[in-house]
Amino acid sequence: MNLIEIKGVYKQYKNGVTALCDVTLSIPKGDFVFVIGASGSGKSTLIKLLYRQEKPSRGDVYVGGINVAKLRNRKVYKLRRKLGIVFQDYKLLSNMTVYENVAFALEIYGLPEKDIRKKVMNAINKVGLKEKFRSYPDQLSGGEQQRVSIARAIVNNPKILICDEPTGNLDPETSMGIMDIINKINEEGTTIIMATHDKEIVNKYKKRVLYLEKGILVSDKEKGVYKEHESN
Amino acid sequence: MKVIRIIYNTITDGFKSVFRNFSLSLASISCITITLILVGVSIILSENVNKFTDDIEKDVTIVVYIDKDATTEEIEKIEDNIKSLDNIDSIEFLSKEEIRKDMSNDSEGIGNILGEYDEATNPLLDEYLVKVKDTEKIGKTAASIKEIAKVNTVKYGEGMVEELVKIFDVVKKITFVIVIGLIVVTAFLISNTIKITINNRKRQIEIMRLVGASNGYIKLPFFFEGIILGFLGSIIPIFIICYGYIFLYQKMNGILFTEVISLVNPDKILLNLMLILMSIGIIVGAFGSYFAVRRHLKI
Repeated sequence: MNLIEIKGVYKQYKNGVTALCDVTLSIPKGDFVFVIGASGSGKSTLIKLLYRQEKPSRGDVYVGGINVAKLRNRKVYKLRRKLGIVFQDYKLLSNMTVYENVAFALEIYGLPEKDIRKKVMNAINKVGLKEKFRSYPDQLSGGEQQRVSIARAIVNNPKILICDEPTGNLDPETSMGIMDIINKINEEGTTIIMATHDKEIVNKYKKRVLYLEKGILVSDKEKGVYKEHESN
Repeated sequence: MKVIRIIYNTITDGFKSVFRNFSLSLASISCITITLILVGVSIILSENVNKFTDDIEKDVTIVVYIDKDATTEEIEKIEDNIKSLDNIDSIEFLSKEEIRKDMSNDSEGIGNILGEYDEATNPLLDEYLVKVKDTEKIGKTAASIKEIAKVNTVKYGEGMVEELVKIFDVVKKITFVIVIGLIVVTAFLISNTIKITINNRKRQIEIMRLVGASNGYIKLPFFFEGIILGFLGSIIPIFIICYGYIFLYQKMNGILFTEVISLVNPDKILLNLMLILMSIGIIVGAFGSYFAVRRHLKI
């Protein structure tokens, strides 16, 4: 079975806006998928369905065998423990150090302090922030903050890493650095779904590309590129 | 082990966030402090009003005059009959001779008049002084006593006692309502302040949800934090109320202006009051923050 299975999904918001219209797709384990499209095309909604920030109005969304559409609010954590999520705005806690921000995601499991330290330092090493684990987010650049958020997302070895425009706030050079890290995580076997509208990134990595327009999945190509006509 | 570690985390997180968000904690604590002082003062006042009314009610006595020709046996029988009624608290016999001596000692004029009589010619009547348990039913009890053979007259301050009881009843009810009202207002104020302080930590709650913390795991530290805030907030009110009341009690020698109004002994109420204030602080703090977090668990 595929890791992610989306069948006939519609999403209509309470204000009447239809964000997704009959979307069906599946993502096997280990895939690297870009979700692209203009603002308002529904790519953010699609990403939000995966970690159940939103529920579909119709259709089914299976993530790692869990039917997200039927998941109750108080069971949501079971889904999220299988996922790592990276956001455009990093979502770090400013009153905690880099180490504490990452360890935060492990403390909920009640692991021994020793194990937590090992895993956290491991994740911080992976994103290249070993020297700065005692810093506070305010003392870091945007790229570094995003690396902290990636470290937090992968510290628990999730099967799926969901990235919602992770390079949206970063300059091209820093973005490439972030992409290298994400690509490496994918090479180690983690499935990656990433919403972006960064043409260069999509064209450089030549991964599977899902293109959304006005809530409709208009193309789904292996080794796709960000075509000019698509961005209009 | 895992559970113990999670509980340990929960409690230390509760403590940590009190200090990490110190200015907000201080706002919650001062709100709890001020409202609990008000609650404490109102409880002390209502306790004193209750004591005053109880004291007065306890003083109400039915005087039972016995027929002049009643024999000793008949007098004893009256006592048995009265005792068999319900609502009787205590009964005391006063012989006419004792009354004559008491009255003579009380006033010289009366003493002179009564001095003309001796034991055999004493014009007074033997009496029973009866105290009742429930003053509200005093009229009925008096009527029942009147029915007993060889009872001459029964007096208890008819009319006035009933009025007094009615007024006291209203006063007690009003003070009770005021205390309860204040407690409710306190609960509301405290939980609102905590709500505001938690709104500032929406982000933390959101991130906890996103990294896969269960709702219970998120709520518990806030619950403990509420307990800590409530506890800290109740310390100052407890000190102010206890020392304040003891000081006042000693300064006024335990009475308010006149001997008739004696104050409640601090030993009797302060321990309970401390417990009440602390529990209000802790319970309201804990549930206030518990419910405030709940609103943010929908993301």
